[in-house]
Amino acid sequence: MSYYEEDDLSRFAEMGKHRPDLFEKFMAWYEACQEDGALSRREKALIGLAVAHALQCPYCIDAYAQSCLESGSNMEQMTEAIHMASALRGGAALIHGLQAHNSVNKVSM
Amino acid sequence: MTRAKALPVVNHAETSAARSAVGFDERVSAAGLTLRAGAVETLQVNVGKLCNQACRHCHVDAGPKRTEIMSEETAAQIVEAVGRHGFKTLDITGGAPELNPSFRRLVAASRALGAHVIVRHNLTVMFEPGQEDLPEFFRAHGVEVVSSLPYFLAAQTDAQRGQGVFAKSLEALRRLNEVGYGSEGGELALNLVYNPVGAFLPPAQGSIEADFRRELRTRYGISFNHLYTITNMPIKRFLDYLRRTGNEERYMRKLVEAFNPQAVAGLMCRSLVSVDWTGRLYDCDFNQMLDLGVAPRLPQTIAEFDPRAFAGREIVTAAHCFGCTAGAGSSCGGSVV
Repeated sequence: MSYYEEDDLSRFAEMGKHRPDLFEKFMAWYEACQEDGALSRREKALIGLAVAHALQCPYCIDAYAQSCLESGSNMEQMTEAIHMASALRGGAALIHGLQAHNSVNKVSM
Repeated sequence: MTRAKALPVVNHAETSAARSAVGFDERVSAAGLTLRAGAVETLQVNVGKLCNQACRHCHVDAGPKRTEIMSEETAAQIVEAVGRHGFKTLDITGGAPELNPSFRRLVAASRALGAHVIVRHNLTVMFEPGQEDLPEFFRAHGVEVVSSLPYFLAAQTDAQRGQGVFAKSLEALRRLNEVGYGSEGGELALNLVYNPVGAFLPPAQGSIEADFRRELRTRYGISFNHLYTITNMPIKRFLDYLRRTGNEERYMRKLVEAFNPQAVAGLMCRSLVSVDWTGRLYDCDFNQMLDLGVAPRLPQTIAEFDPRAFAGREIVTAAHCFGCTAGAGSSCGGSVV
């Protein structure tokens, strides 16, 4: 058994088995978030794709790659969104370098 | 993409149509609906499988080597039917219908009889020998032109329709614009069709239409009237693609899960009848490609067509029908919801 199964994505609703009330609340909120609003569905799908990569969640990556296609984005746009996520992750790691510097400087002459 | 090394023994009847765990009729019934036709307003004519292109998603399996095309005699029967039954619209498709020797007579005679004529024009055919004046011909007869352009970028378009097709399509669109097609509020309608370049559903029609309008204008100086989104049907070449790439089950599940009861009322089979290159009748062009004729109790050919028998008729369905009810629905005129 693999920890990640592709078919599990389509079984997500099974998470409503034991506390359906909580799952329904989650789904209502989740689906409302996807709707066209001040941001378009397509922009939201690109944000979802970027976050999915930052989280490195394979289900989310699969789901949002499809959502991006089905909301009209192309691979250039999707790749730019992924670079945004990667750049932030890289930047977030790099800025913590100052903590290392601070730590070293604190005990250094 | 490589084919399986060993060819399995297959039952052709089982494999020539898409498979679905859920029946279409049952899903329609479960939604409390009955699928019945209304009055037939549109006669959709598929004049044959000959085409100058061989697109990877083509549900007709059309191409340059296909020889099945409508005879002059059958084309004359179509014109006779248009005159006798007063179809509001004649929707001509193929293959590339312009390559049929009877095409121009069919258009001119049907227009003279007062029918609105739509031609599903693949754009590149106007660069074939003897077809250079197609834009002027379309304009002279007030034809509505509907053309596939799966994306506003070359990579996606060429991946689906063939190397170099995008550049030729742009040139053809410019020619159509030059003779007056595609201007806002103009009488010469140039409508585009978006098909997903792969095993996924189309985006919302209004949203992708706005993208196309902006991108085609700013990048290439091209204008058009409307963009229709059409879902890829799991038939012939697209079904082969789904199977070759291991996507059939996932795609069919996607179509079934996206079933939208609100799309049923607007299904094109409710207002059109489809005729093939031999004159046989079908509920739609997709059924035609699966050899699913109209219900056996009905007249089977265009020569025998009777509007009273067809109004309110039952529709022959199969798993591919989920393609027309997924999401915002899909028809030859785009989304239906």
